[in-house]
This record gives sequence, C-alpha cells and structure tokens, in this order.
Amino acid sequence: MLEYFVKYHHKLTEALLQHLLIVGLTLVISIAIASVLTLLIMRSRRLSAFVVRVLGSVYSIPSLALFAILIPFTGIGLKTAVFVLVLYNQFLLIRNFIAGLDSVDARILEAAEGMGMSPARILIRIKLPLAFPVMLAGVHLAIISTIGIATIAAAIGAGGIGSVLFDGMRTRSPVKLLWGTILAAGLAGAANILLVGIERFAAKRLHFGEVGSGHARYNSGIGS
Amino acid sequence: MIAIGFDNVAKRFPGATANAVDHVSFEIEEGELITILGTSGSGKTTLLKMVNRLFEPDAGRISLFGEDIMEKDPVKLRHGIGYVIQEVGLFPHMTVRENIATVPKILKWDRARIDVRVDELLSLVNLDPAEFRHRYPAQLSGGQQQRVGLARALAADPAVMLLDEPFGAIDAINRSKLRDELLEIHGKHKKTYLFVTHDVGEAFKLGDRVLVMDAGKVRQFDAPRTIIDAPADDFVRELLALSGGRRGWDATDAGFGL
Repeated sequence: MLEYFVKYHHKLTEALLQHLLIVGLTLVISIAIASVLTLLIMRSRRLSAFVVRVLGSVYSIPSLALFAILIPFTGIGLKTAVFVLVLYNQFLLIRNFIAGLDSVDARILEAAEGMGMSPARILIRIKLPLAFPVMLAGVHLAIISTIGIATIAAAIGAGGIGSVLFDGMRTRSPVKLLWGTILAAGLAGAANILLVGIERFAAKRLHFGEVGSGHARYNSGIGS
Repeated sequence: MIAIGFDNVAKRFPGATANAVDHVSFEIEEGELITILGTSGSGKTTLLKMVNRLFEPDAGRISLFGEDIMEKDPVKLRHGIGYVIQEVGLFPHMTVRENIATVPKILKWDRARIDVRVDELLSLVNLDPAEFRHRYPAQLSGGQQQRVGLARALAADPAVMLLDEPFGAIDAINRSKLRDELLEIHGKHKKTYLFVTHDVGEAFKLGDRVLVMDAGKVRQFDAPRTIIDAPADDFVRELLALSGGRRGWDATDAGFGL
C-alpha cells in the first residue's frame, strides 16, 4: 500500500493535479456563464423558472451517457469533460443564484428604489450582498458535484483521479482502487470542510440577523 | 408655492375592476404636513407612491413645485424626495451610518461631509451617534430602526418627505413619542410632508390638513378642526364616530405583537 505510493507517487500526484485542473477550469467557466445567464433571465420570474427546469432535466442525464453522446461532436479528452461538467453546474449555480436574488425582501428593494438607487446600484449594493450566502451555497454544491463527476470523465480520457480508479478496475488492483478512492473521497472531503469554513466566515462577516439562514433550504441534492 | 399638485389623477392596476386612485385633484402648499387617512384598499399608499413614481398614473398630471414629474428622470426625481416605509426598509447588511449615507453617497458627497451629516441626523432623531453609528439594523429596537429610517430619508435634505405608515408596527408608547419627534423635526425645517396612516388619531394629531380617502376618491381634505366640526359626508362622520367611540384604532389596529 505505502510501497505503491512510494513507487508511483508521481502518478498519483499527477492524477490529483489533473483532477484539480479539471475542477478549477470547470468552476471558472461555469461561474462566468451562470452569472451572465442569471443577469439575462433574472428579470422574468417565468423565464428563470423555465430555464432552471430545463437545466434540471439536463442535470438528470447520467454523466457517463452524456460523455458518450458528446464524443462524436467534441471528441475525447479534457475539452469534452469540462464541457459536460460546466453544463451540469449551470443547474446548481443558476438555481441558487436565482433563489438567492429572489430571497431578498421586496420591501427592502422598494425602499432602495424609492430612495433613488438605480437598478445597477440596487443589484450591486443590495441584491448581491444579501443573496451572497445562498449563491455561495450553490458554488459549494457545484464544487462537490464537479469533483465527483470528474472522476467519471477519465472514461473519455480526461485523466484525473478517475484514471487511477479505472486503471485499478481494469488490472484488478485493489491497491490502485484504494488509492483512487482515498484521493477522490479525500479531495471531496477536504473541499467540503474548506467551503463550510468559508460559508461560516461569510455568514459571520455579514452578521445581520436572519437573512443568511436561507442557504440551508437549498443545501440539499448533493448526491444526485 | 404649491409643492405637490394632483390634477385629475387616476391609477388602475392590471386586472383590477376599479381604479385604485380615481380621478383625484388637490394641491399641497410647501411646508405643510399632510396626513392621508384611509382604510386598507382606499388607495392612500398608491397615491403616495405616485409622487416618487414607484407607480405611474394612467391619467392626469402630478407636479412637484410646478414641474410635471413625468418629464423628469425617476432616479433623479427620487433623490429630492425622502421615503420612509413601515418596519423593514433598512438595509440589513449595512450599518446605521451606511444606511443613512445611501443618498449622499449617490450624490457623491465626500466622506467628511457624510460623517458630519450622519451624526447631525442621529442627534436629530434622538439617537446617540457614538452609540448607534456602527450598529446593524438587527441590533436596534423597532423604534430605533424607524428613527434611523427617518434619518436616512432626511439625509440629503429633500424638499418633500413621503412616509408610508412609518409607525405602524411600533408599540403605542414609542409611537406617540415618535409622533412628537416627527412634529418637532417638521417644525424645524418646514419641508413638505406626506404621511399615510389608517389611524384616525394619528392623522388628526399630525396633519396640518387631513386628506380622507375611500375607494380611490378624496372624501374630504381639510384642517382637522374643520373635519371634526363639519364632516363632508356619512363616510367621514362614521370614521370619526368609530375612532372617537373607542379611542381605539390607535391601540387595536396593527399595533401590539405584530
């Protein structure tokens, strides 16, 4: 077990770094896209409900199937993997971004408008800070979900921790499987602890009563 | 000088069968404190919100110091109008200072000027600046929150103040204190105040004139004494009888525990 690590640690490290690359790249792209889409759809409640519903059905497609379907179009490797992961994340991110913005008290917004704050100013100074905890919960979900689904991306040659696992399965090597599992679970666990810490810090910094508690409502569904 | 003029103003909400505000005309002199009295659904809040264009009229003309408000940019128009609403109008993620500084910041006042103004306003509404400046709304009582709301609306020294049942959710003792303070503040600066309430006692105590509304129409618009001596119609007479009968509205309506 340790022997394997000593012998192949560069392989494991490489897999871990590749995994982090996939997750990092996915995260940056998906947050950017989700932010733009949210800005476009947030004005209409019906439109945003519709978009979230569509993204929800995309999210329900098993990842292996989606990876496979896309191979003829985008080939194998990192590009396809990131594309699929970004697609999945749109549901988690946009759902929480919209929910966060909707959770801001209408009377607070009325006061802001009545005082002569412009729509852009209301968004930046009022809506975003108040929606932040719920939006952050969405990012949290997206990170954990991406770390998990990214292991499957090894099936289409994107590398990462999944390649250790698939290798282990192919060669029936318990030690590889074990190391792959330790890395995958360890990474998800570490990310979760870090994110909970960030959420606590953010909640403490914005210590203004009950507004922050809303994120608990949207914190379900990690396992899907 | 006429501060606020309504000329045959009507407003109907989409899907409604009747006008929320039904062809209303009146004029308010600069410096007057006008209370708008009516039950819920009488159109009083709709009328108020048309002054700062949160609602726009379907017919008629509203003028502010002689100028048609529809010809102005709504955001700029609102910088000259203080706005206070019931209970939760304060921004929960901002300190008292930041809340009060909202409009001055938009108007790009410098830091020093804002600091001076914030302390001045806190003193005006009887809150110790040193103690309250850096508190968050959640750390204030209802009465203190409403004082900050008032200070925030007064920040850029607006010519007109709109107050939408500002003391509705505050206990009777504090409400009475706040009313006295509001009268004092109004007396000091003599700006034009429009104060919406469903509380007959409050309307008569505060208003230089009381505008009585029902079903979107103005039933009577006169000095409190005149209304008491000569109610315009049965509706006004009944309203007076009801409130005089059990000094009541004040304590029973929207009061305790809400």
